[in-house]
Amino acid sequence: MALAEPSSSGRFGEFGGRYVPETLVPACQELERAFRSAWGDPTFRSELDGLLADYAGRPSPLTECHRLSEELGVRVLLKREDLNHTGSHKINNVLGQALLAKRMGKTRLVAETGAGQHGVASATAAALMGMECMVYMGEVDMARQALNVFRMRLLGAEVVPAVSGSRTLKDAVNEAMRDWVATVETTHYCLGSVMGPHPYPWMVREFHTVIGVEARAQCEALLDGGVPDVVTACVGGGSNAIGIFSGFADTEAELVGVEPAGGAAVGRGVPGVVHGMKSYLMQDEFGQVQEAHSISAGLDYPGVGPEHSFLSSIGRARYEAVTDEQVVDAFQLLSRTEGIIPALEPAHALAWISRDRDLLAGRTVLLNMSGRGDKDVAQMMEILG
Amino acid sequence: MAAVVDEGLTIPAPPSEPGTLETALRAGRAEGRKLLVPYVTGGLGEDWAEIVRAVADAGADAIEVGIPFSDPVMDGPVIQEASELALRAGATPVTVFDELRTIDAGVPIAVMTYYNLAFHMGLERFAESLAAAGVSAAILPDLPLEEVGPWATAADAAGVETVLLAAPTAPDDRLPVVCARARGFVYAVGLLGVTGERDALAASSLVIARRLKAVTDMPVLVGVGVSSPAQAVEVCAEADGVVIGSALMRRVLEGAGPVGAGAFIAEVRAALDDAFR
Ligand SMILES: Cc1ncc(COP(=O)(O)O)c(C=O)c1O
Repeated sequence: MALAEPSSSGRFGEFGGRYVPETLVPACQELERAFRSAWGDPTFRSELDGLLADYAGRPSPLTECHRLSEELGVRVLLKREDLNHTGSHKINNVLGQALLAKRMGKTRLVAETGAGQHGVASATAAALMGMECMVYMGEVDMARQALNVFRMRLLGAEVVPAVSGSRTLKDAVNEAMRDWVATVETTHYCLGSVMGPHPYPWMVREFHTVIGVEARAQCEALLDGGVPDVVTACVGGGSNAIGIFSGFADTEAELVGVEPAGGAAVGRGVPGVVHGMKSYLMQDEFGQVQEAHSISAGLDYPGVGPEHSFLSSIGRARYEAVTDEQVVDAFQLLSRTEGIIPALEPAHALAWISRDRDLLAGRTVLLNMSGRGDKDVAQMMEILG
Repeated sequence: MAAVVDEGLTIPAPPSEPGTLETALRAGRAEGRKLLVPYVTGGLGEDWAEIVRAVADAGADAIEVGIPFSDPVMDGPVIQEASELALRAGATPVTVFDELRTIDAGVPIAVMTYYNLAFHMGLERFAESLAAAGVSAAILPDLPLEEVGPWATAADAAGVETVLLAAPTAPDDRLPVVCARARGFVYAVGLLGVTGERDALAASSLVIARRLKAVTDMPVLVGVGVSSPAQAVEVCAEADGVVIGSALMRRVLEGAGPVGAGAFIAEVRAALDDAFR
C-alpha cells in the first residue's frame, strides 16, 4: 500500500478529522483548497523544489554506518536530515507551508515548538520570505533549549513562553491555536508535525515525502535494487517518521516508530480528541490530557499524528518505546562510532536498534537521522558531567 | 433528514421539539427581556455551587457551568486559570455532575466543556450523565458542525440540547446550517479570539448577532468578550442576550464569593432591564 489521501473529512480510518472551534473551520477549509491547488501546480512545485535544493541543501545524503554496524551486528543506514539547513527535517515542511501562506496572501506565521527546531525552521522561512513570525514555546523547553531560543530571536522571530499547563509542547500548541483563532485573517498557523486538524496531517506528510522518495532511490542504488528490512524513525508528532515511511509503505519493509517511554502515545494511549484531531492520546481516567516526560523536548508530546494511529491500528507500522537512559547511550554511541552527534530525538530510534540488536542481527535498518545534536550538547554536558 | 459529511459520518436532523433551555429562553424573550447567561467554572472552590445559585437569584435566565479540561483552546487566561485551579482541586466530570444534581438553581443549566471529556467517557454515557444531573444542554466549543454528528445523536437520545457556536468567520451560507442544527440557543462568538475581557465591545459582536438574527428564530446570545453591563446593553441592541464568563470568573478568582458574583450579575441584569424594558 502507498500512503493514501485522507477521506473527505480528513480521516485515516477512524483517526483525524477537524475538531476545531467554529472560528477556524473556514480557515482550515481554505487551507485545504489552497494546498490541493498548489500541490497540483507545477509552478509551486518547482519553486519549492528550488528552495529545497538551493536553500535547504537537498537531497540529503544516505550514510552507511560501517563502524556502528560492526559494533551492533546490524547494518545501519542513516538518512541525513541532520545535514539540512537549520539542522533538521523540519525545514522541508516549513518551506512548503511558508510558500503556501504567501500564495494565500498571509503576512504572518505562528508556530509552536518543542525542541525549537520547528521554531528555528519557521523563523528561518519567515526571514527568507519577509514574513512576520511568532513562535510559542513552553517555558520549560525555553530553558532546556536556550540556544534555539536565541537562534529564533536572531532570525527576527518573537518567541513567547507558554506558561499554562505543563509548559511544554502541548501547551505551546494550545497557545498557537489561541493566537490563530484571533488572527486568522492575516496569519497562517505553521504547524510543525503531522498532527492537528485536517488538512495538516496530510499536508505536512506531503511536504515530507521528499525524504522517503530520496531514501528509496538511494537505498535501491546501494542495495542493488533492494529495500532495507526495517525503516525506523523517532515519533513525536510523527512528521519525520511519516516522511520516510512514505517511501517504503508499498514495500515489504517493516516500519517502526520509536517513542519515548514517557510520551508513548501509540504505545500507551487510547483514542482521544485534542488539538483538532482524533488520535491515540495519553490521558487520565477522565480524559484529561497527560503531560509527556522525556529527555527530549521534541518528543514530549502526549499525542501523535492520526495517520500513525491508523498505521498502528491496521498493523502496517509498529511503535516501540525507549527510556531516557537508552537514549543517552545511543547519543554517545553514534558520536563515538561514526562522528555524527545526533539530536536526542533520532537518538531514540538508534536506542531501539541498539536495544533490540539481537532481534535485528544481520538485517539492514534505515534510520531517519532527523536532526543534529548541536542543540542538545549543553543538556548532555550536564547529564554526562 | 441527515446530512452526509463523510462515509459513515452524518449530521442527524435535530429534534423537532425545543428542550428545557430553549423553551425557557424563548419564553424570556417573548416577555421582552434580554437573556443573561453567566458562566461559572464547575469545581472551582468550595462554594461554586453557591455561586451558581447566587447568579441564578441575581436574574440569570440560564447558567453555563464549565467542566474544567486540561487543554481549553477556546479560553483566555482567566478561564484557563479557573480551570487549572479546579483541576488541581480534584474536579472531574463526575464530581461536577454529582454537585449539579444537588443544585436547585431554578433555571436551566448548560454544561460547557471540551469534546474529549465526553468522548473519553463514551458519548452516550456522558449525555445520560448530563441528563441525570439535571443538565439541559451542552456546549462543546471544539466540536464544529461537521464533527457534531456522533455527539448530537447521543445528546438527542438523552434529551440534552446541543448549543452550537457561530463564528464571525463563517460565510453567509454556513450560518443557517449551524442554526438549523443548534438547540437551546445559538452561541454567537463575539470576536476573533478566545474568551477574556476586552476594554470595548468588538464591532464584530454586533455584526454576527445581526447576521444570525437575519437567518434564525432561535435565541441568539453573544459570548466571548462581553465584559461589562454597558457592553451587554450595547450588544443586546442586536442580540437576544449575552453570555458573561471571564468578567464574572475574574471576580470569583479575586475572591468575590457568591455575594460578589451575585452582585455583579444583578448589575448586568439591571442594566439590561433598564435599557430594554
Ligand atoms: C530533530 C527532531 N526530530 C524529530 C522531532 C519530532 O517531530 P516529528 O515526530 O514530527 O518528526 C523533532 C521535534 O522537535 C526534532 O527536532
